[in-house]
Amino acid sequence: MRPATLLRCAALALLVSFLLAPQRFAPLFAPLTQYGAPPIYDQGNLLSLALAHLGTVCLAAAASTLLAVTLGILVTRESGREFLPLSRTLVNIGQTFPPVAVLAVTVPLVGFGERPTLIALFAYGLLPIFENTIVGLQTCPPAVLEAASGMGMSARQRLFKVELPLAMPLILEGVRLSLVINVGTATIGSTVAAKGLGEVIIAGLLSNNTAFILQGGLVTGLMAILLYDGMAAFERRLLRSVRIE
Amino acid sequence: MITVENLSKVYDGTTVVDAVSMVIEKNTTTVIVGTSGSGKSTLLRMINRLVEPTGGRVLIEGRDTREEPAHLLRRRIGYAIQGHGLFPHRTVAENIGTVPQLLGWSAARIQARVEELLQVFQLDPKAYADAMPHELSGGQQQRVGVARALAAEPAVLLMDEPFGALDPIIRAKAQEDLLEIRRRFGTTIVLVTHDMDEAFHLGDRVAVMSGGRLLQYDRPARLLTQPADPFVARMTGMGDRAMRLLSLTTAGEAALPGRGSGPAVTASASLREALSELVWQGADSAQVVDADGTARGHLTLDAILRHGRPS
Ligand SMILES: Nc1ncnc2c1ncn2[C@@H]1O[C@H](COP(=O)(O)OP(=O)(O)OP(=O)(O)O)[C@@H](O)[C@H]1O
Ligand SMILES: [Mg+2]
Repeated sequence: MRPATLLRCAALALLVSFLLAPQRFAPLFAPLTQYGAPPIYDQGNLLSLALAHLGTVCLAAAASTLLAVTLGILVTRESGREFLPLSRTLVNIGQTFPPVAVLAVTVPLVGFGERPTLIALFAYGLLPIFENTIVGLQTCPPAVLEAASGMGMSARQRLFKVELPLAMPLILEGVRLSLVINVGTATIGSTVAAKGLGEVIIAGLLSNNTAFILQGGLVTGLMAILLYDGMAAFERRLLRSVRIE
Repeated sequence: MITVENLSKVYDGTTVVDAVSMVIEKNTTTVIVGTSGSGKSTLLRMINRLVEPTGGRVLIEGRDTREEPAHLLRRRIGYAIQGHGLFPHRTVAENIGTVPQLLGWSAARIQARVEELLQVFQLDPKAYADAMPHELSGGQQQRVGVARALAAEPAVLLMDEPFGALDPIIRAKAQEDLLEIRRRFGTTIVLVTHDMDEAFHLGDRVAVMSGGRLLQYDRPARLLTQPADPFVARMTGMGDRAMRLLSLTTAGEAALPGRGSGPAVTASASLREALSELVWQGADSAQVVDADGTARGHLTLDAILRHGRPS
């Protein structure tokens, strides 16, 4: 086994064993607590929090991907070219508007819980996917596109048989970036009562319990790393199956 | 037969193809030459409607090309370009099978056709059918590009500088392949090139373009002996026009009756090659023989030289 694979397996094992039996790690976190405070988060099940966290992130990423890729396709068509600057501005606002501010704006509209978090993550994750989709589609070799049309592919066939497969590596990279950024960003959802690992960190901040903060941070970080890695491996498999190296 | 009528293309007020009319006969090779930017590619691409004409029309077998959707028209017309444009994510076999697949051929029929074409282009199907384009040499990629253009047995094949990027030896081979293809499949070929030797070697007719206008469209020999315009004469090369003319006739065509003496020249060799051989050997006559050595007649230096003059 290569060292990288070994490290990956170790990280996964660590994460899973901590989530399944966090109490076993109590001695490790005990030195970080004061006045006999609990060393392990005890106000909820860590495993279900982590799963809820992951679910929120994935759902938001799926929505971002759908919109960003569709938009990216539309603005790279001949007929949609003029909308490129406008779309780019909108997507950029999604990224520059701080997610916390998005929460503040959306809570009055949709209430507390998952929904405002999903909206914030969705907006925040659009940019990398959108930009990568555009670059991927715009950098298809002109001779290949001309050949595709010259062979008699309709615009639609050219898009699905040639352009998207060739842009796929970049699009997937955008999705991966977006996912990883949002694993961290999703922790803020807990400020508006969305279920997630932010709860653990916030509980730590409120009760001045460093152990909680560290646990929340570590689990989130490990999840981000493993997700990034897993996506990369998935991408390689997928690309091999459509034979783009 | 392709009939081009008064075809024009205007981009932002600039006329890049200017009222071009020409008739391209079935089963012939027409070569379009001209300086860079003279509108050769634009003219070619208006035939398969990759570029929509601003004025005029194109008829193929008497049918206006605008009668059917452009992408359906293109499936009936082969198209090969410089830099081949092979799909990098598809195997050689899938690339060649592109148009048959679009036309809905059965898998078995596509496979049989792909293998046939690979063999025509001397690429062993076992070794190359499943290879990816990036695994091939430039010359092989180019051949696959031409094979792909021919896959659905189009009656018309359009080629835009198809051999531009090939070295001279591979290029000569590709040109022979093309002549062979025309004999074999009876394809009508329209080819754009910058290379006058290629134009004279391949073209039954040559079209000379300048500034979007078709200056002359004629048999190669007539371009040399009766250029319609000083530009045509410059384009075809004043310096070696006698040699060019000699290269258009074969020794077999020019052979005189009787055995004669001197070095043997094959009947398929051009008079240019025959002359070169006589100069080289210091002889003033040659025997003309078939590939298998049977005598076909003879040639004298005088007889050869007469063919290099406008008559
Ligand atoms: N899509 C386009 N928009 C605007 N101008 C164009 C377009 N396509 C071609 N042109 C112009 O039309 C003219 C003719 O172009 P074309 O490609 O037909 O020339 P060509 O004879 O094939 O040249 P080359 O030998 O360099 O390939 C050029 O001046 C070119 O700049
Ligand atoms: Mg050109």
